Amino acid sequence: MTDTAWIDLALVSARPQAMGALLRYFRSLDLAEEAFQEACIRALKNWPRTGPPRDPAAWLIFVGRNSGIDRVRRQSRETALPPEELLSDLGDRESELADRLDGAHYRDDILRLLFVCSNPALPATQQIALALRIVSGLSVRQIARAFLVGEAAMEQRITRAKARVAAAGIPFETPDAADRAERLAAVATMIYLVFNEGYSAMNGPEGVSADLCDEAIRLSRLLLRLFPAEPEIMGLAALLLLQHSRARARFDAAGAVVLLEDQDRQLWNRPMITEALAMIDKAMRHRRPGPYQIQAAIAALHARASRPEETDWEEIDLLYQALERLQPSPVVTLNRAVAVSKREGPEAALAMIEPLGERLSGYFYYHGLRGGLLKRLGLACEARKAFNQAIALATNAAEAAYIRTQLDHLAAAPMPEPSFSSDCPGA
Amino acid sequence: MLYAVLCYNDESVTSSWSKEEDDRVMRDLSVVQRKYAESGKLGPVARLVPTTAAATLRHSAGETIVIDGPFAETKEQLLGFYLIDCASLDEALDFARDLSNANPSTGSYEVRPLALYKPGELPS
Repeated sequence: MTDTAWIDLALVSARPQAMGALLRYFRSLDLAEEAFQEACIRALKNWPRTGPPRDPAAWLIFVGRNSGIDRVRRQSRETALPPEELLSDLGDRESELADRLDGAHYRDDILRLLFVCSNPALPATQQIALALRIVSGLSVRQIARAFLVGEAAMEQRITRAKARVAAAGIPFETPDAADRAERLAAVATMIYLVFNEGYSAMNGPEGVSADLCDEAIRLSRLLLRLFPAEPEIMGLAALLLLQHSRARARFDAAGAVVLLEDQDRQLWNRPMITEALAMIDKAMRHRRPGPYQIQAAIAALHARASRPEETDWEEIDLLYQALERLQPSPVVTLNRAVAVSKREGPEAALAMIEPLGERLSGYFYYHGLRGGLLKRLGLACEARKAFNQAIALATNAAEAAYIRTQLDHLAAAPMPEPSFSSDCPGA
Repeated sequence: MLYAVLCYNDESVTSSWSKEEDDRVMRDLSVVQRKYAESGKLGPVARLVPTTAAATLRHSAGETIVIDGPFAETKEQLLGFYLIDCASLDEALDFARDLSNANPSTGSYEVRPLALYKPGELPS
């Protein structure tokens, strides 16, 4: 860590609270961002000399608020004064600031900040980009790299997202319990999207995608500190930690996907697993199961098995059934089919996923799993067809590499039994 | 005398460390730990999982309830602790200073003498 790295860390970790408060004062994402930026510049100038303030977030809010007021005043000399209600709290005396910070305000400030980035009206990619820009403070260049698009395109995407947020109206009233629950759910989804973006692009530019996963975990911990008794937020944080704990084992040296059962479990990150298992234990006590908790519980059963053979597939099957009831989706059924194939064999699993063919015809994992099941049944020709469909749908090189290995295995395997050859007309 | 050295820091900062930063801090701290272990003064060393994994049992009016999260909402959280055998407070503070020098982040080390110590039988 360099001498000023502590300042960067302090600014990053104070950012959600400071931005949340500045958004409440200025009621505009742009004004809040400018004010925060100004405060950061002053922090970089002053803190090396004065040392860290006792409460970095409070310092940044105070300085940011004053510089933001200055800016608004300067602009108001040139243009007409904005209506008073657009500049809430600007007349407050400075001494009140401390009281406001101490209050429960900051929790709703941060939630609001996260929530404006989680507006369900925004497409997923805009939610992610906006959150990374506004909450995490990533530069447009960093975000553009994560999405493999140009900087100008990303700038435009973020500007468009901000305009939509402004048009939709940022909710400034203090939320009641129902509002809060609704906002929490939207924010949890957004954090999950950020994680997924990193997770599925893991073989993208070095480091960037893992950073998105780390950032999502950081946001989920932040949310959990704000709402420590929400079992679904515990489930979300645990799920992300468990998924990310396998990051180093997910790809082989050549960059191909390594399936869970083939992963070197020594490479799994134990501290992350420990933390996640503790969160799941806590969540279970609430007896209010939800989709994140169930998915985390499934991931936990994998994490608890020190060898693949020790995996409790029966329990995993039951958990997927519970998830199907809560959140029916062909993808959940597809995942359950893996557990069924372990318990009852490939035939049962195949029968389960055949009806999904229509809805999942464009889904890489559907064809990948189907190919694997057909292969286990000795239907090499059918398996090859399925793998070929999968490879056409692969979204990255690692997925394609995995399927290619499967196809190589098929080519190396002995010809299928004659009784199966009729299954593959035209081969 | 036995002292506990309790490590406090803002965990939202420490959990923002990258893996490399975290590894480096742990490596630097282990150099200090080795020095005191070699002179036979270092007892158990523990690092705690973030407080988001904590639950707190409260006892009041004859009832116990379990609350999610740490005992108190504070700016800095208890992140880990050491036990160390020192002749004086100054020596214990020297140990804390060594830790602090090895650890570039801000934060505090609280040094407190032990009133009772049972080493227990847990294997490491």
